[in-house]
Amino acid sequence: MAYEYTTQGYTVIDAGRRVVVDPVTRIEGHLRCEVNLNEQNVITNAVSCGTIFRGIEIILKGRDPRDAWAFVERICGVCTGTHAVASVQAVEDALGIEIPDNANIIRNMMQLCLMYHDHLVHTYHLAGLDWVDVVSASRGDPEAASALARKLSPWPNSSPGYFKSVRDRLLKVIESGNLGIFTNGYWGHPAYKLPPEANLMVVAHYLEALDFQKDVIHIHTIFGGKNPHPNWLVGGVPCSLNLDAYGAADVINQERLEYILQVIERCRVFAQQVVLPDTLALAGFYRDWLGIGGGLSRLSVLAYGGIPDMANDFSDKSLLLPRGAVINGNFEEVLPVNLTNLDEIQESVNHSWYDYPQGKVGLHPFDGVTAPNYQPGSGIKGTPTDLKQVDEQARYSWLKTPLWRGHQMEVGPLARMLVGYARKDDVIKGMVDDFCGRLNAPFTVLQSTLGRIAARSLELAWAAEKLRYFYDRLVINLKNGNTSTANTQNWNPDSWPEGEVRGVGFTEAPRGALGHWTVIRNRKIERYQCIVPTTWNAAPRAPDGQLGAYEAALMGTRMDIPEQPLEILRTLHSFDPCLACATHIIGPDGSDLLTVRVDRGF
Amino acid sequence: MAHLETTAEMLRNRGISRRDFLKFCAITSVALGLGPGSDMVMAQALSTKPRLPVLWINGLSCSCCTESFLRTAHPLATDIILSMIALDYQDTIMAAAGEQATAAYDEAISKYKGQYILAVEGNTPMNGQGMYCIDGGRPFLDKLTRGVENARAVVAWGTCASWGCVQAANPNPTGATPLHKLFPNKPQLKVPGCPAIPEVMSAILAYIITYDRLPALDSQGRPAMFYGKRVHDQCYRRAHFDAGEFVECWDDEGARSGLCLYKMGCKGPTTYNACPSTRWNNGVSFPIQSGHGCIGCAEQNFWDQGSFYDRITTIPHFGTNATAETVGVAAVAAVAAGVAVHGVASMVRHARGSAPETGAASAADNNDSNN
Repeated sequence: MAYEYTTQGYTVIDAGRRVVVDPVTRIEGHLRCEVNLNEQNVITNAVSCGTIFRGIEIILKGRDPRDAWAFVERICGVCTGTHAVASVQAVEDALGIEIPDNANIIRNMMQLCLMYHDHLVHTYHLAGLDWVDVVSASRGDPEAASALARKLSPWPNSSPGYFKSVRDRLLKVIESGNLGIFTNGYWGHPAYKLPPEANLMVVAHYLEALDFQKDVIHIHTIFGGKNPHPNWLVGGVPCSLNLDAYGAADVINQERLEYILQVIERCRVFAQQVVLPDTLALAGFYRDWLGIGGGLSRLSVLAYGGIPDMANDFSDKSLLLPRGAVINGNFEEVLPVNLTNLDEIQESVNHSWYDYPQGKVGLHPFDGVTAPNYQPGSGIKGTPTDLKQVDEQARYSWLKTPLWRGHQMEVGPLARMLVGYARKDDVIKGMVDDFCGRLNAPFTVLQSTLGRIAARSLELAWAAEKLRYFYDRLVINLKNGNTSTANTQNWNPDSWPEGEVRGVGFTEAPRGALGHWTVIRNRKIERYQCIVPTTWNAAPRAPDGQLGAYEAALMGTRMDIPEQPLEILRTLHSFDPCLACATHIIGPDGSDLLTVRVDRGF
Repeated sequence: MAHLETTAEMLRNRGISRRDFLKFCAITSVALGLGPGSDMVMAQALSTKPRLPVLWINGLSCSCCTESFLRTAHPLATDIILSMIALDYQDTIMAAAGEQATAAYDEAISKYKGQYILAVEGNTPMNGQGMYCIDGGRPFLDKLTRGVENARAVVAWGTCASWGCVQAANPNPTGATPLHKLFPNKPQLKVPGCPAIPEVMSAILAYIITYDRLPALDSQGRPAMFYGKRVHDQCYRRAHFDAGEFVECWDDEGARSGLCLYKMGCKGPTTYNACPSTRWNNGVSFPIQSGHGCIGCAEQNFWDQGSFYDRITTIPHFGTNATAETVGVAAVAAVAAGVAVHGVASMVRHARGSAPETGAASAADNNDSNN
């Protein structure tokens, strides 16, 4: 069954040793990865398999469009809220509903808060352990850690005594023999390069960030009532603003605003004094990883844009996160992106466990069809319910393959930075040049595994600044007496058009471009499709064999110890996988669903 | 039996002072609604009992319960609850992956056989040969079954594991099935909510450790201490309901004054959860305080009860489907009907200008309390 072919500049060789990583942990959801290694332990073939399917979109059929946000928000509890905001935008687009400026500001603040929180948790708690050796940290010299920390940043938690207390706690955990969540980590692996004092410093920040992240989301709690899964509203936001009148204490008032401001200011300081210095330090110690794992980020990147500065204005000019596509490695030219053009974005299922109607290869999400059909292919090893090895020449994933004008694309913080850089966006260009300047390296070093992590840190810092920007805008509106948060003119379904209307909602989720497409017929949802960032990045192969972004990024990476797949985890984690998001896709026709019952065996 | 250090030893090892430890016990006791002196009982228990081994696995879910748990806010919670239990498997945050992760799971099962709590987030797809959720190349059900068989008890985190939640909403394409339907005879408790409230999650674990037993459960298998009261009955806006003062339209004067959200579809009257009491994320707020009605996310089938913005009088299936399977739904509908009468009566009272309570209102209240 061995095969060989070339695509996107890679030679894919299915020969030599096969390594399987399943489950890939420290991600959201369920992901499997298989690679082939040559005799030098270099990856010559990479296979990414989404291994869950939930079917949320079919559940939406026939529902009230005003409810859709709550359903799709449950696509993901990690990037909680981002699907909801795409959903209310899609419904508003379909029904021609405009929202007040304050609602736009509050939605943006919630989206930015999510972005900050998600990037923070990913950087330290999900990806961090790929770069930081917890056991080595316990041997770090507190004096040296303190000296390093003070050289990098004015962050006050930097005394030798502070680092000694962290080290002592770690030592006791390790000596107890019960490592809890650190059990079976790849400690001592030669790919860990940080000196003990740097490990100690970052582990201290791991613990601080774990404590801080739970406060960051209080912005969601105040505006949306809870987190995860705050509440949203078609036509605006559900919360009301009241500074002066009766009942203010029961809604969003000055005390609530001050609370939010304090969270924002802590976010800004933590970004500047902890996250960015740590990222720079990491890049300094792992310079080789600025040249590994670039994959599609060197070829083809896509961003839909997000965070509209002006309410109801989704033009390039209004979007603070840039929109555009780059293909064929031509970063001199940013191509326009139109989510309603039926020829631009199409999904194919040649390598996915779905059937398409006869003769269909690619379908735009407005016309999406999904008929799940688990059919793992004749080339598998093991059995269909005990997979030892998938058959990537056949079908091998619960993800579809979305293509933009026929190209596999990478999305995410790095794609946004690259599109913004190519478009000469002042803010993004300034951030990137400053960061790369400190490394004394060209901006192209961002096109790498570590570059993805760096792009995320830069964006985290950007999000904190924009939080403050929108907070100030909100206060200006309040000063001017504008407290409006919802447009209820078209709240009542009787005011909606008969027949069929279509809408698209989009944003930049923490992990990348997110689009929701909905068709509303006679005031009920007729069709609903989402294409989410992880579907783009973790996609299986295209009909012509093009590799998905995960697969491409793994190609050519050398593994030190194949049994301990640290290098694979580094690159996969650099995308911040979110499989619950990616594998919920289902079209309007659920009648083809398999109904084979599992043999429960008990 | 494997040696397990006690929680207090572990806390000491991890640099937590005795003072902080006692403070934690006091806060947790209050959160659990335990009587005076119970903080010392808890401290004693945590000092002498071994750490509770917990394995946490995810089926079809969105990971919101993991995220919620990580937000646990009381001073010691994030750090300590993660350490208070011996969390040897948690695939969202654990360091190991692939074979090493699976090995950690299997080793813990054999090492702590009959001792550990299996915490389950998400549910199990029974359609598609079980391969709508694949773990280690096999159906998730395999992993779940291995874990359940040797567990001391099973905790169903959130509405997914408890009731099915969003992927089990009509028409449930994957055959998503909650725990109790797969393992009806295993000791278990449900901690519903989408997600469950962080402090409720950690407090329940603390209770199990302290008293070495599962908490008292209601007829639906939920800890009575957190799920005994309706959101409506604990709500700080309840007085406005009784006075017939309602939000009539989003962002109207009533909304800006914090009036009752019943007319905007609030499901507080039919939802049992602790949101108004514990509130969310260190007590910062809860949905009603932030202006949106309760969507009833801790209740069975809450996705299939009509729009979140319909007043609860319009819950479908009222009086139908009264089989053993759906009796819970019917009971909810009956409460809804009672509440509707109650709501009308309140408005009538309000219109009359605080007239004495009418017979209709009394009847409605009786109806409520019967459910």
